[in-house]
Amino acid sequence: MRREIPIAITFIVGVVFAVSYFIPREPFSEFESQFGDWFGIIAAFAIWLGAMNLMKISIVKIGRKSPDYFYSILIIVSFLMIVFFGFFEGYKGIYADPQFSYRDAGTGFNWIYEYIYSSLSATMFALLAFFVASASYRAFRARNLEATLLLISAFFVMFGRVPIGDMLTGWLPDGYTMSGWANWIMSVPNTAGQRAIMIGIALGLVSTSLRIILGLERSYLGGE
Amino acid sequence: MLKKLYALAPFTVLSLILFSLFFLSITPIAIAQDSTDIIIEPATETVDDAFIEAQKPLAPTSVAAIDLDNDGGGAVLITWDLSVDDVEGGKVKEYLIMRSASAEGPFEERGNATLGIGRFTDNQAEVGEPYYYQVVASNFARSNGDYSWKAVGTSQTIGPVSSSAQWFNSDRTWVLVWMLLVCGAIIFYIWKAKSGKKIYIRKIAGIEEVENAVGRATEMGKSIYYVPGINDMDDVQTLASMSILGRVARIAAENNTRIDVPVSRSLVMVTAHEMVKEAYSKAGCPDLFQDDQVRYLTDDQFGYAAAIDGLFVREKPAAIFLIGAFFAESLIMAETGNSIGAIQIAGTAMPAQLPFFVAACDYTLIGEELFAASAYLSREPKLLGSLKGQDFGKALFLLAIIIGMIMTLFGVDWLSKMFIVR
Repeated sequence: MRREIPIAITFIVGVVFAVSYFIPREPFSEFESQFGDWFGIIAAFAIWLGAMNLMKISIVKIGRKSPDYFYSILIIVSFLMIVFFGFFEGYKGIYADPQFSYRDAGTGFNWIYEYIYSSLSATMFALLAFFVASASYRAFRARNLEATLLLISAFFVMFGRVPIGDMLTGWLPDGYTMSGWANWIMSVPNTAGQRAIMIGIALGLVSTSLRIILGLERSYLGGE
Repeated sequence: MLKKLYALAPFTVLSLILFSLFFLSITPIAIAQDSTDIIIEPATETVDDAFIEAQKPLAPTSVAAIDLDNDGGGAVLITWDLSVDDVEGGKVKEYLIMRSASAEGPFEERGNATLGIGRFTDNQAEVGEPYYYQVVASNFARSNGDYSWKAVGTSQTIGPVSSSAQWFNSDRTWVLVWMLLVCGAIIFYIWKAKSGKKIYIRKIAGIEEVENAVGRATEMGKSIYYVPGINDMDDVQTLASMSILGRVARIAAENNTRIDVPVSRSLVMVTAHEMVKEAYSKAGCPDLFQDDQVRYLTDDQFGYAAAIDGLFVREKPAAIFLIGAFFAESLIMAETGNSIGAIQIAGTAMPAQLPFFVAACDYTLIGEELFAASAYLSREPKLLGSLKGQDFGKALFLLAIIIGMIMTLFGVDWLSKMFIVR
């Protein structure tokens, strides 16, 4: 039964989702939204599992004095601090006159979000620029024919995207300037390649979904 | 002289600070003072019947209301020919769509459409209820949010029309046909594979390297990291990733190599925990599995990327698998993995992230290969059969693309229209 019930649920939900794509009326459209709600509810409960797991592993690490256990202390302190501000200010806001939310501007929770979380998040995202530079440097080295073609394409696309490209090639007829070449590369060979990949992905999705719905692929249940 | 200047410096700085503070403190007062000086004059336009009559736009014509096709009911489509006065600088400011349950009214406003638009969908109709509609061309002037005057041209009343739910979305007929063909082919090849027919599947370099990557980690005495992306279990990519995790964890367990699975979703954590634990059991070493091998980090995208980067840099794994749904964090993780010299195998069906993985990883499972990996690793005939069916679909669409392209060149487009999805 440990296998059969999940497989039956997967089959029913999968078939309902597939059928509701073609039959727009009740009850299928309603089922679709209900199943979506159920997933949301289960995922919301599961968040506590994740949080507890994080706490448990961090506490164990501190207890064992594992290498870098300082980071575990930081995790626990950060976690407790944000939970405290969330609950405390949420509770305070309900009984205040006028009422306010813990997420409103001026609350401690909002301060942590704006001035710690957002800044750290933006910093991580900003790192991407440097990683793109280092990855491009490796990818564009002309080691073989494919890499050379990539290098040439990148040259045209990058120069076509900045004003100096068109300034240098402005004397050429329309469409043959650097931006014209860049646009052609992006809209013809690049789009063709992307579409080929998309077709493959779509077929892979259909095939995998079918295997899962029919219960042929059940390894994600913990068995093979 | 200089000494005197140095002595005066703190005094000067203090004075500047005090002056700034004083200036800042009086600025809001000055602004408030200014704002009270603003007097908004009421509109003094003279409005009489003759003026309203002169401003009245001509009503839209040919108003039609029909039940919206291919929906679950509750929607009526209203179309009209634009008013003659619907021109730039003309008398029409907007169209109002009015609805009533009876032809005599009263009519209630259901929404509006901007200039130059001749259609509106009423999405709040009760299924089976008859309604009457009017379209009103409206001209007006506003002052402080209130109408100074309003002149309208009302179309004739149209109706009754009632909405109904359809049993089949006919716009998707061809999608159904193609889906049945592909699914039929997949099921046929699965059946064929089950009956013992040997199936040839081309080699996929990324998957072939899985064992080598695990072997390298074993030789180096280091761990393996498996990152299953940042989407939840409702994404097929995550499901495919979980299947691959099962196989990778088993190979790792057989080689007595530690595999760590840091995840960003709680449900993925639960599933991955089961997968890895089961893999260790099947490899005959359940006691080697430790609970902290599968751990939840955070749901936050860049928080997760930061945590993964930290783990990579501190623990320096020998092999890294980045398999699942990735977004902007893909390159942050892959480049960090590359910088520590780990062998990296990536796989995703996110086309925008594939170039990053190709640039930063040793092997990349591109799109469909991610979905094929589980079947490929298992070597189970029925799963391999589904890959053959997938290839049939690919051949079918390739043929359709070539024939469709030639036909379109000659001005015949019925084949290409079969692939339009609405």
